[in-house]
Amino acid sequence: MKTNHTYSFISLLVILLFCFVVNISLGSVSIPLSSIFQSFFGTVENETWQIIISEYRLPKAFTAVMVGSGLGISGLLMQTLFRNPLAGPFVLGISSGASLGVAIVILGAGLFGGAFATILISKWSIVIAASLGSFLVLLAVLVVSSKVRDTMAILIIGLMFGSITAAVVSVLSYFSSAEQLQQYIFWGFGSLSNLSWEELLIFFGIYAIGITLSIASVKKLNVMQLGDNYAKSLGLSLNSSRFVIILATSLIAGTVTAFAGPIAFIGLAIPHLTRQIFKTSNHKILLPAVFLFGAIVMLICDSIAQVPASDYTLPINAITALVGAPVVIWLLIKQRKIMF
Amino acid sequence: MANNKNNTILKAHQLSIGYKTKKIETIIASNINFELKKGQLIGLVGANGIGKSTLLRTLIKVQPSLFGSIQINNKDLDATSTIDLAKQLSIVLTEPLLSKNLSVFELIALGRHPYTNWIGSLSENDLTIINNALELVNILELKEKRCYELSDGQLQKVMIARALAQDTAIIALDEPTSHLDMYHKAYILKLLQKLTKETGKTILFSSHEIDLAIQLCDTMIVMQKNEVICDQPCNLISDGVFETLFPKDLISFDNKTGSFRVSK
Repeated sequence: MKTNHTYSFISLLVILLFCFVVNISLGSVSIPLSSIFQSFFGTVENETWQIIISEYRLPKAFTAVMVGSGLGISGLLMQTLFRNPLAGPFVLGISSGASLGVAIVILGAGLFGGAFATILISKWSIVIAASLGSFLVLLAVLVVSSKVRDTMAILIIGLMFGSITAAVVSVLSYFSSAEQLQQYIFWGFGSLSNLSWEELLIFFGIYAIGITLSIASVKKLNVMQLGDNYAKSLGLSLNSSRFVIILATSLIAGTVTAFAGPIAFIGLAIPHLTRQIFKTSNHKILLPAVFLFGAIVMLICDSIAQVPASDYTLPINAITALVGAPVVIWLLIKQRKIMF
Repeated sequence: MANNKNNTILKAHQLSIGYKTKKIETIIASNINFELKKGQLIGLVGANGIGKSTLLRTLIKVQPSLFGSIQINNKDLDATSTIDLAKQLSIVLTEPLLSKNLSVFELIALGRHPYTNWIGSLSENDLTIINNALELVNILELKEKRCYELSDGQLQKVMIARALAQDTAIIALDEPTSHLDMYHKAYILKLLQKLTKETGKTILFSSHEIDLAIQLCDTMIVMQKNEVICDQPCNLISDGVFETLFPKDLISFDNKTGSFRVSK
């Protein structure tokens, strides 16, 4: 079975590497391709270029890979767990929690006033607020999931968290200044840039734990496709499997949101794209395929967002949907049915 | 049929089944006693809502038993872990598959779940067992098809093959003949009979096809409002059990032909 997909995986890997290099070569400062390759294996003569590549573009490309693959995988986990093709990484209310944390820090800063406010709006405070917010929601969801036996109930509870957040955010924005609102909206656009190597390391650490848990869940996910009773009759412990899958999703989606903002669409669309192309629902193939697809799509979206040969950088959140949605629509029309 | 104790694979003693919430117990059927022997085909019959599905769900530990005991291979069900139970009892349910996007092979391979490693790799032995299951049910040609391409009858055969691949001593099926036409109803039940003879497995199925069950089963469990009777079909007929199974205003049981007739 695996041999059929070997070529697909090799070509995806090549495309990923290609997109990675293209992504690094694009930007407001044009750097020749030869210098970019040199920078991978040593140093470039031009010091400015070296700094641009190693301190700015390389971290950004790595961020794109982690954000795309992470969101894709957590979307896949949620779609299988909830047996719902509309589920994505944020159905559990994780991004709502993060948004709430950020909204309180940015929009609520005015309430604390003066010097304290400027400390609050530093970059780290936003990351910490987003992490705390999504962590608290995650904790609530895990407590609920250990008490509630119905998977659909967890889904609805996640949506309720979303509504509560939206309400709190709108109350806060009513009392905030225009600048604060703008800053909050900018965070909502999502951003892959401006991560230092230290931040990237923390990001990678938590992301790696989430990915490891996902890989360990492959067998469980496959059995879950049969339904709860069949899964149980095959000796699967439903509660612990559900716990691990929710934990993995929360870790991945939570850190991605903390570092890159609430990036929409990728988590929902990538698993569908992968299922349509690989024509399987075996997670042993889907998981690595979603990983590669997610990373590739995110790198392409980021390259487009740079608007090649210009100084503009468009909000990444707008690009993911603008590029991705038509692709998914086209695929669905072509196949005439959803693979799920 | 030898009546020694070693031959018993599944035993229920003074069993009560039903639903339990924190405060209220709803008993659906009580005082159920039966002993099922190895290599037998057992039909579970009774009117709608009498508790056939509940009994099957209790056997696979989806629902707890309210009173009494169930023993599989002389071991109490409560003391059997889900993973051990998965190696002794497999099921075919009426609920639809959640993902019909799986191929027939992939679906049957999932039956090997209790035996495979952490990521679910199939060994040579697993592949042999899967292929045997495909052959036994006679669906080798469906191997590469996707489940959404199958007819109801084919899908039922695939689900039976999946249960076979789980390599258990007992297979329990909940209404395996519903949705099927008359020919396929007989086909599936005949297949189950063949499987008990060829593999020595004990197969328990619930069904509304009493006529067919009488002809094919070694033992039948008849669930009625006040009692649950377990015996050979010929004894059940001579004891007049089927005559009291349903209200007499519409259908009546004909002892000579062993089937139900619509009253004129």
